[in-house]
Amino acid sequence: MSTVVLLLITGLGLGALYFLVASGLSLIYGLMGVLNFAHGSFLTLAAFLGWETARALGADSWGALAAALLVGAAAGALVAAGTELLLIRRLYERHIEQVLVTVGLALASVALFDGIWGTDPQFIRGPAWLAETTEILGARIPNNRFLLIAIAILVLLLIVLFLRFTRYGLIIRAGVENRSMVTALGIDVRRAFTVVFAIGGAAAGIGGVLASHYFGYVSPQLGGSLLIFAFIVTVIGGLGSLPGAAVASVVVAVLQQFANFYLGGTGDLVVVLLLAVVLLVRPRGLFGRAA
Amino acid sequence: MTAIRRLWAKPAVRWGLAGALVVFAAALPLLDLVVPGVLPGPTYTPGTLQILALSLIFAALALSYHVLFGVSGMLSFGHALYFAVGAYGLGIVLERTGLDLLPAVGLTLAGAILVAGVLGAISLRVSGISFAMVTLAFAQAGSVLIRRNPGVTGGEEGLGLATANVPDWLVGVADTRNLYWLALGVIVVVFLVVRWFERSRAGHVAAAVRENELRVRVLGLPPLRVKLLAFVIGSTLAAVAGMLFLLLQSGVTPRAVSADFTLTILVIVVLGGVGSRWGAVVGGIIYTILDQRLTALAGSEWVDALPAVLRIPLSEPLFILGTLFILVVLFLPGGIVGLAGRVGRRRATTGDARDRLEETT
Amino acid sequence: MSAPVLAVRGLAAAIGHQPVVEHVDLEVPAGSVTAILGRNGAGKTSTMKAVLGLITRTGGEVELAGERIDGFATHRIVQRGVGYVPEDREVFATLTVAENLRLAERDASPRRELVAELFPDIIARSAQRAGTLSGGQQQMVSLARALLNENRILLIDEPTKGLAPKLVTEVADALARAAEVVPILLVEQNLQVAKRLAQSVVVIAGGRTVHAGPAAEFFADETRVERLLGVHGEASA
Ligand SMILES: Nc1ncnc2c1ncn2[C@@H]1O[C@H](COP(=O)(O)OP(=O)(O)OP(=O)(O)O)[C@@H](O)[C@H]1O
Ligand SMILES: [Mg+2]
Repeated sequence: MSTVVLLLITGLGLGALYFLVASGLSLIYGLMGVLNFAHGSFLTLAAFLGWETARALGADSWGALAAALLVGAAAGALVAAGTELLLIRRLYERHIEQVLVTVGLALASVALFDGIWGTDPQFIRGPAWLAETTEILGARIPNNRFLLIAIAILVLLLIVLFLRFTRYGLIIRAGVENRSMVTALGIDVRRAFTVVFAIGGAAAGIGGVLASHYFGYVSPQLGGSLLIFAFIVTVIGGLGSLPGAAVASVVVAVLQQFANFYLGGTGDLVVVLLLAVVLLVRPRGLFGRAA
Repeated sequence: MTAIRRLWAKPAVRWGLAGALVVFAAALPLLDLVVPGVLPGPTYTPGTLQILALSLIFAALALSYHVLFGVSGMLSFGHALYFAVGAYGLGIVLERTGLDLLPAVGLTLAGAILVAGVLGAISLRVSGISFAMVTLAFAQAGSVLIRRNPGVTGGEEGLGLATANVPDWLVGVADTRNLYWLALGVIVVVFLVVRWFERSRAGHVAAAVRENELRVRVLGLPPLRVKLLAFVIGSTLAAVAGMLFLLLQSGVTPRAVSADFTLTILVIVVLGGVGSRWGAVVGGIIYTILDQRLTALAGSEWVDALPAVLRIPLSEPLFILGTLFILVVLFLPGGIVGLAGRVGRRRATTGDARDRLEETT
Repeated sequence: MSAPVLAVRGLAAAIGHQPVVEHVDLEVPAGSVTAILGRNGAGKTSTMKAVLGLITRTGGEVELAGERIDGFATHRIVQRGVGYVPEDREVFATLTVAENLRLAERDASPRRELVAELFPDIIARSAQRAGTLSGGQQQMVSLARALLNENRILLIDEPTKGLAPKLVTEVADALARAAEVVPILLVEQNLQVAKRLAQSVVVIAGGRTVHAGPAAEFFADETRVERLLGVHGEASA
């Protein structure tokens, strides 16, 4: 029983990370039709900057963690918005080339991180409580899982509120459904593109700082390794669907944890298998709209 | 310019030029050519031949990817998987069975066709970006399998070439030129196969599918089967390149199946010029040499002495290549061939290449 | 005669590599309704989309109230006072009726009263998701989106397509009211509706203007109507 609880909550924590990455991917794809390969780099950069911030402020205080999260979110949002404005926008409506540009950015930025921070993982410290465990139903759960879950839920809530109650949210929801009709109503939908990139970047940035606490280190590969699973999550959830991304994040991560424990470390393979099954049964994903 | 184009339009001229190029390439190991700054040494030296052979393998790999992306408009992010199937497949067969090289190659090819057929059929249930992600996921699964089964694949360490059943003339540093000639032969064959496919009925249908799937459906041709055929042909050719890689490098590491490696193939094709066979070849050769030179640059004392703002970017070849790639996508949609060309076939011109990129969405 | 609100000269457009509009000329005089007629696949919808910049223009000129607008991005064209009611309504199915309308409001003081007066049905369903409305109601939402703003011209593509006869009359009534305040370029396969609303007609075939003139004169010549629009046009008249 305690193993099940541990796997479940750890899975939820990992799912929270996947969601923080996948939510932005899914929104960006939904609105713009762009698969953003540079998303992992936003995450990695935020993780490094968050780590530097926390180090400068004394890594084990809560204030330093909060500052790291803020810096991470801001860095993610800024770099993402900059990417959209400087690179993606020049290739307006040329989706494949937009994807290619993000591929180039991912390759170049990871190499740059290698150069700046080195290829070896940097082990990090945080508030002492995060490294401790709490006992639930006999399972000793690392506390950082709770922080991850809470923040992911908060981010989900904020995005939902933003989409529901702001003009940009309205434009984004409409644009996901029918982008050209939004422009035919006299709205410059490109501004919404910058906004979704910034939101996605902020979520990934927060994800980056939290990922460094979940794994205990930062490395240039951090974003890339999460990105592949976030891609899988987005397809399983249905490209462009935020609820789909949330549900699929949890399903994929929990399944991965259980398979890793009970099926001899086959978590990654089981996830790919799940993807294949979902595609065979329901090519548009769990929550995706029919093409 | 028009005069050159008119000449180029004549098949005899094109075949003649291509033939001369192959003869020249075949003669390189016998010559003492020095190209300072591009090649590390005279062309007859094993080190240089090694790089040249590697560049031909990458060119063949890029050609195989061209069948998917350039001809049929399928943006796969898992092409490295089939390269790895070739390299690891042949490595494992040679190590675990008593088969000679040729039967081992045949067996590996059969395996590659099987894997490509099954995974292709599943991946092609979706198209566009979903297809890209699914192929990425399958390649990731392949990567995990290879890394997690060190007993069979050598795990992170990689797999060495078991030379017992490989003919002597292909083993050993002194025989690099044989490997080079083999690579040259393979790329000629791969080029002809790709050319044949592009000109076949299936190739025309594949191109039509890329342009407008709807229209093909109306014509009553089965676009899905043609796409699967293109997928299997491209993947099998990638496996051929992989086998050659194993022989040349005397081994293979899990990097060959990483997502980064697939992205490298994509970079090569786009650098060379999407939609053009020669683009793939040129891209493969230039990329390999550039990568090699940039790595040498990164380690040079000259770079070491620079201030950090310059030293760090310059000592990361991938940073430079990634940036170059972005610039090509932004400003040079026809790639190197598109730039140098307008001599080449009209199809490879800039505007067209941009359209071709677009239509694959 | 005063300058036309919309003048299209030699318009050509393509979707991908496929040319869909070859050479279209048309004018919409101020204060009037011009109907575009033509068989299925003639290029009527494509002409409207090309005017709006929704598909790639490959040639020709478009002038709105004397200003060249070809080459502008779609949202700029619309902001200059072009309302669009697309062929298949294209309401945002996952948004509520109120959200659909709110999204469309460009002016500081949108004409909500006019819309409420013309389409009381949909105002009563403000909180309902547009995707769950009937076809006729969706058409009204789509029309309302265009009528909310002070436009120089409306481009309306087959507003009565697929509607029951009673609804056809209702929509035609609403269009007649709209025509009192704004000029309209109307694609209409239902010849009775076209006859009732339009002062002039433009016939398109194979992506080209093949006829243009006053509506009364056009409809008077039945053999020509038959020849240009075929059995299909007659059947729905
Ligand atoms: N996405 C597309 N790709 C290629 N050709 C297209 C596309 N959409 C439309 N066409 C072609 O463009 C031509 C004009 O189409 P359009 O929709 O403008 O006709 P229409 O006059 O509005 O017809 P209808 O009365 O059926 O609405 C048709 O021949 C059609 O086949
Ligand atoms: Mg139409």
